[in-house]
Amino acid sequence: MAVFDYAPAPESRDLANLKPSYRPFINGEFVDGSGEPLKTINPATEEVLAEVGTASLSDVDTAVKAARRAYEKVWGPMPGAERAKYLFRIARLIQERSRELAVLESLDNGKPIKESRDSDLPIAAAHFFYHAGWADKLDYAGFGPDPKPLGVAGQIIPWNFPLLMLAWKIAPALATGNTVVLKPAETTPLTALVFAEICQQAGLPPGVVNILPGAGDVGQLLVRHLDIDKIAFTGSTEVGKLIQREVAGTSKRLTLELGGKAANIVFDDAPLDQAVEGVVNGIFFNQGHVCCAGSRLLVQESIVDEVMDKLRYRVSTMRIGDPLDKNTDIGAINSATQLTKIRELVEAGEAEGAHRWTSSCPVPERGFFFAPTVFSDVHQSMRIAREEIFGPVLSVLTFRTPSEAVTKANNTPYGLSAGIWSEKGSRILSVANKLRAGVVWANTFNRFDPAAPFGGYQESGFGREGGRIGLEGYLSV
Amino acid sequence: MSTPTLPASLDDATRDDASLRRFLHGLPGVDQVGVEARAASLATRSIKKAAKLWAINTAISMVDLTTLEGADTRGKVRALAAKAKRPDPDHPDTPQVAAVCVYPDLAATAVENLKGTGIGVASVATAFPSGRSNRTAKLADVALAVESGASEVDMVIDRGAFLEGRYGQVFEEIQAVKAACGDAHLKVILETGELATYDNVRRASWLALLAGGDFIKTSTGKVSPAATLPVTHVMLQAVRDWFTSTGELRGVKPAGGIRTTKDAIRYLVAVHEVAGEQWLTRKLFRFGASSLLNDLILQRRTQLDGHYSGPDYVTVD
Repeated sequence: MAVFDYAPAPESRDLANLKPSYRPFINGEFVDGSGEPLKTINPATEEVLAEVGTASLSDVDTAVKAARRAYEKVWGPMPGAERAKYLFRIARLIQERSRELAVLESLDNGKPIKESRDSDLPIAAAHFFYHAGWADKLDYAGFGPDPKPLGVAGQIIPWNFPLLMLAWKIAPALATGNTVVLKPAETTPLTALVFAEICQQAGLPPGVVNILPGAGDVGQLLVRHLDIDKIAFTGSTEVGKLIQREVAGTSKRLTLELGGKAANIVFDDAPLDQAVEGVVNGIFFNQGHVCCAGSRLLVQESIVDEVMDKLRYRVSTMRIGDPLDKNTDIGAINSATQLTKIRELVEAGEAEGAHRWTSSCPVPERGFFFAPTVFSDVHQSMRIAREEIFGPVLSVLTFRTPSEAVTKANNTPYGLSAGIWSEKGSRILSVANKLRAGVVWANTFNRFDPAAPFGGYQESGFGREGGRIGLEGYLSV
Repeated sequence: MSTPTLPASLDDATRDDASLRRFLHGLPGVDQVGVEARAASLATRSIKKAAKLWAINTAISMVDLTTLEGADTRGKVRALAAKAKRPDPDHPDTPQVAAVCVYPDLAATAVENLKGTGIGVASVATAFPSGRSNRTAKLADVALAVESGASEVDMVIDRGAFLEGRYGQVFEEIQAVKAACGDAHLKVILETGELATYDNVRRASWLALLAGGDFIKTSTGKVSPAATLPVTHVMLQAVRDWFTSTGELRGVKPAGGIRTTKDAIRYLVAVHEVAGEQWLTRKLFRFGASSLLNDLILQRRTQLDGHYSGPDYVTVD
């Protein structure tokens, strides 16, 4: 038995105010969707949390019409300073209801409460505060005088940061005067529907925000709808490509935020203990369900043994288990499908000859869990070095010189993020300039701020979210 | 200057002043933002129920109950010794503290009052707290402590010499004090509040470990800031790295500014997760504190009795 055995410290599940059923939100009201209802489960226990109504073709049409009407009659013509008031109100309501939303997010998604409480919720509120500030200052955003909104935006978001991705999508769209129809992911619709309640609480005019739960088919209906002006998608590269084909030849604007296989580069002059910490955060944050996860660790050969020793020890202290326990570091994998995919790629890694190390931490028997795993002796040619695993699995490669590090880091069809660890400022700047990645972190990883643009290169997508430049995706400029 | 038990690479580090300097400056840097973020994140661990009671008992057993005032008297030290033996008279099963920490001229009084209890007597020495005197005076200070029967000596390093880069001088002084300690355990106070940077804390930690310090200690308690979580993280990392390269276990003692049970538990979590569970013993971790003990006792009572006690229910010495 461990010397210092932390007693369970679960956050109360009742805080989530879980209801037996949830319904789509159209034109300011919750309505019965005419699609086949879906059941959303708790991935940590596999129990059904709630039944959720989904949208059909007619619901999509009603929602888009409501959004169009709201855009033309109310939201579009409204002065920016007035729109800002609603956004500030929404931001404050997110803060007020943040415990409820954090617990609900952990139940539905499987992420540890520590992260939903300390990352997802504060950053989601920050996005609304930040964009509320822009709403009446668009004349000064560098897009010329009086930049115009696009109209109705169709937004499709993933399951890894359900509420946070909603905030990334809805806040800039509303600040710039667009109205939205948003589809949350099939496995994580709940916080988006509580967000719909917040829109009601804030007195947001009907039709400005519409939330349509459902699977990929609802997303496809949105993408194909003729009265939508803009599609914003965050998700897999595979689906992103389908969407881009669909919108080709239409007037729809498109931004895509897709997969990644980020390199985290540790030079021999790095602050090693903090680099190890950053590497751990880079890949194990949110069970590795992060598009910008630092899933490829590139370590300078001269320090690889020391780094691997420190890394294995650090990973062995991570606690996997009940997402609602405040001491849990790694929660549940979001779905059985995702767990299967992770297992398959890990098997491929072993078959291809990489050396697997998995933490011996106790793993719950029920639910979808995967113990943190580190592969060493990984080479560029292996699948685990090229494909996005989207799970708590790190591939470690080595390099000898800075230029080799850059070459290996860039040798991927993706290009979302990268990390550099070095105490030498000049090296950081020179390497950062050569990396083909939308976000480059230096001596930190997975830091998000609404003022900092986020987005990728190549198969990681295009368009930026956040910051001044993020407004461009929702303005007719 | 070398210590015979060290592996060759570390032995080389202490060959001469230049080697020592190269070694200390070759240690990996500490990223301030990173270490502070890690400390803040570990501080969110939620320790409840049985784990909390265990942590409180363990923390009590790790306290170096301290009085270091100009106004200290034999009476004050006797009172402290009594408190050390029976921290909570209403709950005789409360663990005894690790040691009582006093100035060298009062060490004899402490020794006399703690005879046969197994509680240590720690004496500060080497012109504590500033360390601004010559080697002869510092060693005489140590001799007084040791002759009075102190089982532990808490020395201060020469921060002036360290900040001037005269590492060899600091190293030799620690070695000389270690030799003068005889069987007494040596705790080396780095006074991290005066070293200012985490890089310096790491270098001073290694310097003290290389010179043979049994413990590295953050502060005298006379300089602000005293102990902080991130500084303690850096020092815990140093003893862990030392263990990895030599197989030897050395201790850490944060001192000054730790007043509440909540704080103490955060330190224990850091010991557990940064250094490792081997360090969760009074042989390898201590709290230098005076008011902490009473808060630990109050919280211990709350755990056992199911309700809070007022401050009047613990003894004030």
